[in-house]
Amino acid sequence: MERIPILRMGDLLLVTIQVDMHDRLAMQLQDDLTERIVADGAKGVLIDISALDLVDSFIGRMISNTAAMARVLDARTVVVGMQPAVAITLVELGLTLHGVKTALNVEKGMALLGKSFE
Amino acid sequence: MSDQPGDAVLFETALLEHNRQHRASRVTLPLRSDEDVVHVRKQVRERAVAIGLSLVDQTKLVTAASELARNTIKYGGGGEVLFDVLDDSLRKGIGLLFVDAGQGIPDIGKALQDGYTTGGGLGLGLSGSKRLVDEFDIDSRPKEGTAVLIVKWKR
Repeated sequence: MERIPILRMGDLLLVTIQVDMHDRLAMQLQDDLTERIVADGAKGVLIDISALDLVDSFIGRMISNTAAMARVLDARTVVVGMQPAVAITLVELGLTLHGVKTALNVEKGMALLGKSFE
Repeated sequence: MSDQPGDAVLFETALLEHNRQHRASRVTLPLRSDEDVVHVRKQVRERAVAIGLSLVDQTKLVTAASELARNTIKYGGGGEVLFDVLDDSLRKGIGLLFVDAGQGIPDIGKALQDGYTTGGGLGLGLSGSKRLVDEFDIDSRPKEGTAVLIVKWKR
């Protein structure tokens, strides 16, 4: 079963989505992230979607659900790097990613999670 | 599935007739699995780039295709997409006709409302897709199936 790798950095979990995800893969990532938050005692999750050229309602829902699950497990989620064309399409589709924090890039996302590169 | 591919729901509209007259090419792709949805996204993206759609229009069309391909599998029990490149001598476009031989949509008006779902989803697939394309047409018949046609023209 293919999986999207989750990296750990201190008390953060980092995910970079670099493949066009089919629906099962998106669900697998949601499950894996939720389990890893608990197993690693993570306080933050950073999801980099800069390589994604599409976020449809299924992927959008996966992102929202992941953020909601992380929240009840005492972790914060930031989604970074959304391409402008994806943002335009997402909003026109009717998705607002309610409750999901976003940042323009990884560095700003890290800052939002209270981390900085030093 | 019906024996004749693409004829699951035979619907006749001005839009379909217009497309038939201006079709430059047609490819039929199966819609059975999650992987098929990804394949359709990839094919649509490639053709959208080839006819020169802007990045935003490419993304809108691919996203609409993804939503409708998923609907065909999830609600229609699988089917196929007829993938046309259109050229009416004034402009080029891409037409996608999603067909299934499923149970049909009981109330199309309701199904086109934001937030209406029978499948536990967000209810944005059909209504949202309509907003993302230039032309949209749907026909659904109880126990016969559903056909959804979308077109995006190069501006």
